[in-house]
Amino acid sequence: MIKLIGILMVAVGFELRLNPLLVVVAAGLATGLAAGFSPEEVLALLGTSFVDNRFMTLPVLLMLPVVGLLERHGLQERVATLIRRSTEATAGRVLLAYHALRAGASTVAVNIGNHASMVRPVVAPMAEGAAARAGSPSPDKAAGIRAHAAASENLGNFFADDIFVAVGPVLLIKGVLDAAGVPADVTAIAWWGAPTALWVLAVGWWRYRALDRRLSGGGS
Amino acid sequence: MTLLGLEFFLVLGGLGFGAMAVGVARDRTHPRRIATALFWTLLAVCFVAGKHLPPVMAGLLVVAMAVLAGTRSVTPPAAAAAKGTDRAVEAVRLGNRLITPVVLIPILVLAGGYLLPFASLADVRLVFPAQATQVALGLACGFALLVASRVTGAGATVALAEGGRLVHAMGWALILPQLLASLGGVFARAGVGEVVANAVGSTLPLHLPLAAVVAYCAAMALFTIVMGNAFAAFPVVTLGIGVPFIVREHGGNAAIMGALGMLSGYCGTLVTPMAANFNLVPAILLNLPDRHAVIRAQAPMAAAIWIFNVVLMALCVYRF
Repeated sequence: MIKLIGILMVAVGFELRLNPLLVVVAAGLATGLAAGFSPEEVLALLGTSFVDNRFMTLPVLLMLPVVGLLERHGLQERVATLIRRSTEATAGRVLLAYHALRAGASTVAVNIGNHASMVRPVVAPMAEGAAARAGSPSPDKAAGIRAHAAASENLGNFFADDIFVAVGPVLLIKGVLDAAGVPADVTAIAWWGAPTALWVLAVGWWRYRALDRRLSGGGS
Repeated sequence: MTLLGLEFFLVLGGLGFGAMAVGVARDRTHPRRIATALFWTLLAVCFVAGKHLPPVMAGLLVVAMAVLAGTRSVTPPAAAAAKGTDRAVEAVRLGNRLITPVVLIPILVLAGGYLLPFASLADVRLVFPAQATQVALGLACGFALLVASRVTGAGATVALAEGGRLVHAMGWALILPQLLASLGGVFARAGVGEVVANAVGSTLPLHLPLAAVVAYCAAMALFTIVMGNAFAAFPVVTLGIGVPFIVREHGGNAAIMGALGMLSGYCGTLVTPMAANFNLVPAILLNLPDRHAVIRAQAPMAAAIWIFNVVLMALCVYRF
């Protein structure tokens, strides 16, 4: 049971907002010691694991020069234009368009935005603007639009990055399965994420449409 | 023998970290010049020397990097004033040509993943088949970078500087997924999975294949809610429930289990205040009076997605 100390350390450390790298390394060292390894053995185990998993950081690293260059020349502004053109009518459709674009880009591990760079300056104002055409929304309803804008970012970000090969989560899954002695094919792991990604788009459509209904109906 | 391996790109990435370290070391205005340069140097050593490092030494480097990050010593350089390009004007001028390089990458990766293993001359192969997709990604990024510089008219030095800027912006967070995977490796060797498996196996009817699927997906969501991070929960739950019960006892497909298990974990991320970056920080950024407004908007979505994952896994994991 003492071997579970690492799990506890991660939960408590993250809750206390300690630096995650520090928390994870401490949890690894404590778990190894609790399992009866010597300090040298634990360090060697951590070092070997880290070196074996270098391939996980690589894709992000290789993509950043391309993304950085395109960002400098207005990639995010172009995405905003595409959202604006693809939707006229409602707040919900703006959110669905952003969700779809965000998810499409993250299938290839490209981050076209996050809460600070896209949602606050672009997506949320655009959705509120669309809703305001049918009369200014109440503060309550405006808050609902903004909360769903943040949700569209999270849905687009989380659930599509498993589809194309060699991005972070897929490689983590492979690394853990390999270490457990049940090797799995990277391509298979990646493709089995696709049905859920499509389903998430449908779930988004359902919730954004419900938002539109609340906005156009009376009540709060 | 093979001409082009993953190691080549790892060394290339390591040299990139090294260049960033040199850049920081020469920047006298940087507030944490020495410590930040040291962090990127240690990471560069891990990537370039890799498997040639003595394991204990590699472990010490990892500990040192964690301490540097934990003492808030790794910071980006002051943002250089953007000169020369007005993004809005450029976005209008370049239009969809800005999207082309982004779309090129997946096409090239897919094509390369299938074709590269066949490329050979006599008995010299271009790539090792197991690394084909990753090598393809490296080549695709190189090609996309050429296209991007052609489209934007910017040179290679600008592209590398922009890449460096984004890596600095991510800072230590860049290696968090890699480190969490390493923690998974330590957990596996330490036998954490067996402890969880014994505890769960003695309380739940995991000898039923369906019960194992539901328990695995539920545990992924619950551990993610508690730990705040699906990447951290994944090794624990997979080693404790997924591998021993779904794969070993019932003969389930490991790839399907892993993919849908991780996605079940993300459902937990959507509803936990522990994932502050995703759920609480946006509420502040968007001036929402209720700090949990984002979580409340996401809760029905999380439930619908989790149920879908469980049903899909139950239908497929024992069949393919």
